[in-house]
Amino acid sequence: MNVAAVRPAVIAKTPADQRVVPNLRDAERRSFSWPAMRAELDGLPGGGINIAWETVERHARGARRERVALRWLGRTGGRRDITYAELSRASNRFANALRGLGIGKGDRVFVLSERVPELYFTALGTLKNGSVLSPLFSAFGPEPIRTRLTLGDAKVLVTTEGLYRKKVASIAAGVPTLQHVVLIGTGQGTGAIEGTLGFDALLAGAGEEFEIERTVEEDPALLHFTSGTTGTPKGALHVHGAALMHYMTGKYALDLHAEDVFWCTADPGWVTGTSYGIIAPLLHGVTSIIDEADFDAQRWYEILATQAVSVWYTAPTAIRMLMKAGVELARARRYPALRFIASVGEPLNPEAVWWGQEAFGMPIHDNWWQTETGGIMIANTPDMDIKPGSMGRPLPGVQACIVHRDAAGGIAVVDESNVEGELALKAGWPSMFRGYLHQEERYRKCFLGDLYLTGDLAKRDRDGYYWFVGRADDVIKSAGHLIGPFEVESALMEHPAVAEAGVIGKPDPVSGETVKAFVSLHAGHEPSEELKLTLLGFARKRLGAAVAPKEIDFLATLPRTRSGKIMRRLLKARELGLPEGDTSTLEASA
Amino acid sequence: MTEMDADSLRQALFAALRPIAPEATPEEVRGDLPLRDQIDLDSMDFLHFVLALHERLGIDIPESDYPHLTTIEAIVAYLQQRQRGTVPPPAA
Repeated sequence: MNVAAVRPAVIAKTPADQRVVPNLRDAERRSFSWPAMRAELDGLPGGGINIAWETVERHARGARRERVALRWLGRTGGRRDITYAELSRASNRFANALRGLGIGKGDRVFVLSERVPELYFTALGTLKNGSVLSPLFSAFGPEPIRTRLTLGDAKVLVTTEGLYRKKVASIAAGVPTLQHVVLIGTGQGTGAIEGTLGFDALLAGAGEEFEIERTVEEDPALLHFTSGTTGTPKGALHVHGAALMHYMTGKYALDLHAEDVFWCTADPGWVTGTSYGIIAPLLHGVTSIIDEADFDAQRWYEILATQAVSVWYTAPTAIRMLMKAGVELARARRYPALRFIASVGEPLNPEAVWWGQEAFGMPIHDNWWQTETGGIMIANTPDMDIKPGSMGRPLPGVQACIVHRDAAGGIAVVDESNVEGELALKAGWPSMFRGYLHQEERYRKCFLGDLYLTGDLAKRDRDGYYWFVGRADDVIKSAGHLIGPFEVESALMEHPAVAEAGVIGKPDPVSGETVKAFVSLHAGHEPSEELKLTLLGFARKRLGAAVAPKEIDFLATLPRTRSGKIMRRLLKARELGLPEGDTSTLEASA
Repeated sequence: MTEMDADSLRQALFAALRPIAPEATPEEVRGDLPLRDQIDLDSMDFLHFVLALHERLGIDIPESDYPHLTTIEAIVAYLQQRQRGTVPPPAA
């Protein structure tokens, strides 16, 4: 029996589905204004705004100071509760330590770490100091780390001893701006590795009082790297004023209420894990769960149940892995506290939305945003009827549209419903990225008139719901993360046997897409299983598991355009057995 | 099926790992430290690894037992128990 066939296209909500009154209803939609939202934040005493004040200090100095801000769950058991007051002191110490090292406003502080409390102290202390925080994913290999540290003019890197030895030691000398490497978990001792500082030792000598740097709306706060089709990764800069968007979306898209226990499963190495794993829950003064461990179905259910998680923000890949583990595992526990589940990363398939009903008695609410938008833009909110498969509707203060590009380089807004085109957003929301660091031209190309062009293809139905269609470029979307094919190709090309490399996203039922590489070999090298594994290991050591290909195939030559560009789309069409489309620009020999 | 000894299980384990993470050789990976501390295995890699173990050995590895699969030696010990049909206690 085809179960999907008997399911309605809309999951209608009734008041009985709401355990608390949703923050966003029609009245709030109608009366929304940014100034009113801004009035719910403090601003710095004496003027300006700083994310760390809004997330930590205002609670640490108020009624919520003894409330647990972060509940950290250790990988091998153990738990640490960190109150707002404690978070304030620890981040003050880190800010003092930075200042003591001569690191100031606008300087970039990178963090590469597993999810340990020090990561959060680093993040918030960096913001207090007016420095710019740039988080890296700990599953990056040495190459992506080197590239990003260099592009971001890193002055400080906070990491762990293990990650340092595995991934940083070999490349640190190649980052000319890097002044200090701080190692977490080395105890009070210094000099665990020559030339590095110990996190605990550094903080032991730093005071618990700190006056936050006087930052204003437009001062840079966060640097998140994302990937394009060509060239180097792009460092998207976000400002302290973005806190307003994090606050609004925490309130309306995630429906955070004062007593919530919130769990965002994303790693802070990606933008979701920073915007919603650190900032948004703290802005609302709720308790945020941090799990140090990697995905494990049983463990996740246990956390949801025993930690009384009420709002859960996760990702399609994780949901599909939970689905694979069977609904019985989910149903073996009860989740009386859980009332809202949201997902982001790639479109959530209708089956997964419905699976939420089966497993938890509530649907999963998809939403959409990207590194550049800094916060959730389009969402299924608690009061909305859900159309499974749709990303929902634009949040208040967000104006979206579908556009077509014309041959002359202009765009036309598509007014009809159900027409595919590029998703565009009216520029100017608070967490809009303010630049790609050192790549002004690439930044400008993202805008036309007053619109930001997202590079995502979508359509809007007659009820105003948006539906994701695909990417307008060759960027690969795997497990919710964007991977630039060029970065992968470049790493493969460093192997002496490889003459050319072309990398595509291969559709995958669990992760959306996986990275697949096609390579041709230099004369004197023959395709073999052995060489395939050698190249796979080579790429994984350089790029890390998050970026490296999962599959490699050999080709005699790669198809190229007459201008010499590798035709990834043709590789993909062939891989999928699709029509190859217009090949008129193809090189004759391919 | 004849029971495999620890050495054979260890070999099978590395053979299952090889197509997923060829850089994880017995020379590179210590048996007494968590596997995922030593090599990058994302969640998908890990699931593929468990699936490959199952296919290679014909031993069922239920999702609820994944917490046992930490170090090489812990995985070998777990697989030995599964071969004998005993179900290990839940991981701490």
